[in-house]
Amino acid sequence: MYRSTIYCSDYCHNSYLTRIVITLLSCFFLSAAYASTPKADPKVEMGISEYSKTDQEHARTQSKKESKSTTDHSLLKELKGPFFSGPEVTKVCLECHNTAGHQFMKNKHWTWDYKHPKTGQHLGKSVLINNFCTNARGNEGMCAQCHAGYNMTDSNFDFTNQDNIDCLICHESTGTYYKTPTSKGNKACSIMFAGKPAIEWEKVAQSVEMPTRNNCGKCHFYGGGGDNVKHGDLSSVLFDPPKDVDVHMSREGEDFTCVTCHVGEAHEWAGSRYEMTVNDEVGTGKPGMPRETASCESCHSAAPHPIDTVKGIKLNTHTSKVACETCHIPEIARGGVATEVDWDWRTMGKLKDGEGFKLKEYTQGDGHHRATYKSIKGSFTYAENLKPMYAWFDGTMNYTTIDTKFDPSKGPIDINSFSGSANDPASRIYPFKTMHTTQPYDKGNNTLVYMSLWGNDDSALWGNYDFGKSIAAGMKKNGIPYSGEWDYVETLSYWPVNHMVAPKEDAMECSECHAKEGRLSHLDDGSLYIPGTQKNEMLNIIGLLAIFGTLAGVLGHGALRIVATRMRKK
Amino acid sequence: MSMKMIKLMVFKRFERVWHWSQMALIFTLLFSGAAIYGVNPLISFADAVTLHTWAAIILIALWLFATFWLFTTGQWRHYLPTTKNFVQVARFYAYGIFKGEHHPYRKTYRRKHNPLQAVTYLLVKTVIFPAIWLSGIPYLLISFGIGGFLNDFGLANIALVHTAAAIAITVFVIAHVYLLTTGHSFIDHVKPMITGYDDVELTDEELAYIKADEPDLLKDS
Repeated sequence: MYRSTIYCSDYCHNSYLTRIVITLLSCFFLSAAYASTPKADPKVEMGISEYSKTDQEHARTQSKKESKSTTDHSLLKELKGPFFSGPEVTKVCLECHNTAGHQFMKNKHWTWDYKHPKTGQHLGKSVLINNFCTNARGNEGMCAQCHAGYNMTDSNFDFTNQDNIDCLICHESTGTYYKTPTSKGNKACSIMFAGKPAIEWEKVAQSVEMPTRNNCGKCHFYGGGGDNVKHGDLSSVLFDPPKDVDVHMSREGEDFTCVTCHVGEAHEWAGSRYEMTVNDEVGTGKPGMPRETASCESCHSAAPHPIDTVKGIKLNTHTSKVACETCHIPEIARGGVATEVDWDWRTMGKLKDGEGFKLKEYTQGDGHHRATYKSIKGSFTYAENLKPMYAWFDGTMNYTTIDTKFDPSKGPIDINSFSGSANDPASRIYPFKTMHTTQPYDKGNNTLVYMSLWGNDDSALWGNYDFGKSIAAGMKKNGIPYSGEWDYVETLSYWPVNHMVAPKEDAMECSECHAKEGRLSHLDDGSLYIPGTQKNEMLNIIGLLAIFGTLAGVLGHGALRIVATRMRKK
Repeated sequence: MSMKMIKLMVFKRFERVWHWSQMALIFTLLFSGAAIYGVNPLISFADAVTLHTWAAIILIALWLFATFWLFTTGQWRHYLPTTKNFVQVARFYAYGIFKGEHHPYRKTYRRKHNPLQAVTYLLVKTVIFPAIWLSGIPYLLISFGIGGFLNDFGLANIALVHTAAAIAITVFVIAHVYLLTTGHSFIDHVKPMITGYDDVELTDEELAYIKADEPDLLKDS
């Protein structure tokens, strides 16, 4: 039983009283639930709540560092309030920060739109389909909880109105701020996001500072619909990681926030998985030089290993082929929070007594139970301490978008594919998390589909559990041609791994790759030679024959001599 | 012409130091090289690379000295191939040795190796060892990031030559050690490379020359 099951008719507006009531109610319901259903399967949780505990105790409990800012926002008369909504706060912010709005309206966190400079593909959350919940487009009511703006209810959002920028989601530091769906879901989902204390707008407005890991983490650690579901290397563990999970972000390590590496100016910051820097040739640059990349090299240089040992020198020459992450993030989903590796939509829609439910049969390292089945989403497989997949990567991602035709008979469809090769000096061997999903597609047109997941109507999947209706509505809503026939297709997506850098003593041993069944053996294909993989079968055979042949020869010769000597003595 | 068997210094101090340090280095290189190739689990890959690199660098230095020594002392002549006694020695290993015959070859002042030995060592010095260095040095340069100009050969090809040469060296070492057992005794063969002295057939003229000009070469001078 979790707080998410608490029934609350609407988002709670009256703060203090409501909180007391909720606490009392929850105590009542929790005890009632335990008393009335003593034999209930503890792994089954009724309801389809998607309330993720993405807050924020971390932000509330951790002692704050002394602010280096020259302005204490809590003393500003402009921020005394009263405020009753986010846009009111934003207006006040933009009175002083009068270029911030224009800056931020170019940012992906606002536009959800990205034109790839190399492939020309039109990307961004507003159009892409992934192999988790699939599409944000048409489901903005739900998905826009992670849009850095207010009131995005559908794809007709006004991207030119700077008053709808959500400054607080990135800058508030109380840990009490949150966002809720901007539109109503199906009645079956009506309990999904209830039970949160009302936002004290003045308090959060006065708390603004540079973004902390709490600001970034409450969306990015929960991508794909839950803790670490999507990335594998971005989980709630990073709110306060032990040193062995993340040497940079741990308090025993460097205590970095996200923006220590993801540096930015003018509300545009480094780091993108659409167009990545995998070979930072500038490295540390000259002293005082501005840095515009979130690469390892930008702090550590491209030759970071001490050159007083053979090993150090050898490791430095690896950097022209192997990304830092490959050796220094030996496993992902460390620290007790699992990542999803397989999502099977085919089992979606099973109900118990007409009600959606969750089956929590996976217990992860930190003791929490994770849903292996959700009525609204299907079945999940999890992994922890997972070895990544490795491939040549030049930083450029290609996406299977809504208008990409594919051949479903040719095996799993790559949601995103990437270029890179051993012969390209700009490519590096890079670690990826691979996500495998079985999801619906347009059988007639051989394309992916937009599904209508969220909505208070009879087509939204979440509440109606009907793929056919959901796809038809999702495609129609967005003006995409739909054949009317759908089926399931297997898909794969690849997520570059950059976070959860281990302390150097935990970096991968040489023999992880330099071995017969090493991690990179599949890349030793003639274009790359990796010592220790024994790929040349011919040489192995010749070597064995030569050495054992010689041994047999001399032993035979020696034996003959002994026999001959004995015969002579007789 | 009368011949005398004399205990004579045939392996000078440098030659002995060279031989035994080369032996130690080659064993080290075979041991660590096997680990790098992936067939020796007794040492980690990282340690094997370190050991292999240092042993190779020391052996390169040793060889520079040895090559200089061979040419300046004229000792290189011992390795010139010859047909004299070749057939007898070959026949001995293939047949006579089983009959209890004595080794037909006697060391002479100008020839401290038997003809089979000489041609083997010559092959080792002119084919196998150059193959190891012509592949090993580029391998070292490439893996140390200063061999860009060699990339056209391909590390895989370079490694192939290197491994093949290493296999040939292993074969040589096996045969070499085995042949030490073929004389009077194993010790008899090893001892000259330790003390430097061996029985050498000398002509009266050679003996007279040595007594007059290089008396230090004689054990009982």
